[in-house]
Amino acid sequence: MIQTFFFNINELTVGQHWYWTIFGYEVHGQVLVTAWFVFALIRIFSLAANRDLKETPDGLQNLAEFITEFVRDIAKTQIGEDDHLTWVPFLGAIFLFIFVSNWSGALLPWHILEIPGGELAAPTNDINTTVALAILTSIAYFYRGLSKKGLGYFNRYVSPAAFLLPINVLEDFTKPLSLSFRLFGNVLADELVVAVLVTLVPLFVPIPLILLGLFTSAIQALVFSTLAGAYIGEAVEEHHLLKVFFTI
Amino acid sequence: MNPLIAAASVVGAGLSVGLAAIGSGVGQGTAAGYAVEGIARQPEAEGKIRGALLLSFAFIESLTIYGLVVALVLLFANPFSG
Repeated sequence: MIQTFFFNINELTVGQHWYWTIFGYEVHGQVLVTAWFVFALIRIFSLAANRDLKETPDGLQNLAEFITEFVRDIAKTQIGEDDHLTWVPFLGAIFLFIFVSNWSGALLPWHILEIPGGELAAPTNDINTTVALAILTSIAYFYRGLSKKGLGYFNRYVSPAAFLLPINVLEDFTKPLSLSFRLFGNVLADELVVAVLVTLVPLFVPIPLILLGLFTSAIQALVFSTLAGAYIGEAVEEHHLLKVFFTI
Repeated sequence: MNPLIAAASVVGAGLSVGLAAIGSGVGQGTAAGYAVEGIARQPEAEGKIRGALLLSFAFIESLTIYGLVVALVLLFANPFSG
């Protein structure tokens, strides 16, 4: 802590949270508050963009259509032609939530508001948020596999050869693990780097790293939703390794 | 906290990120090299090459991030302290 006579210039803490007790469970209140803010932001944007729909879109409607087409394109390349429209809401929700929460955490001046424990920042800087998103993705691809193929879904654990069974089972654990850690690590690492730089040189020097953080966090939103789409897509297909890379 | 555990955690955290960054540096450098060669060979394919390159960077980077997460756990949420 760098302390002047009247106030702290800077303080860097990790792992301090604002604990709320809900139904006997302790939750991180600051993550809930910022997540609700992100939900409100996305909802207000969607309401504003969807009023007075015009044939030739302009303004917010144009932006909303661009985002929808972008997510639709991700869904089509990853899931395939037949079924991708049912998964656009899911992938779009994941993409928008991660994108808006990462950028709001980096751009908005959260530190004006003081809370009794911890700091307000992007909700994705907490491992609980990212693990929740990853588990949702797991549930999504299991649901797709089981609903399309019933119990025949479990044949893919022994295809193309039975000795791959342990690897395939392990994959069911590493998929959500890697999704959650990738997003969590990227967001928290950028926040920590910016915080450390602000402790050292508060003016102008952190800005290039904030810009880098904006860029990488946007890419992470894209990567998370692309991978979610890829897992959903490959749940009903034969085992192809490396399918993800040839579909950009 | 036990000073031995503290010292070992610090060394472990430093090694974790440092060693993890080697592989990512080599991998991303190689990928970027081939991507730039591809763009030089066929400039009109730049959009697709850049798309594939950035996605590959995200995957390779995530391996270093795993090392970073281990380091962060050792420094800020150390399970062996107290």
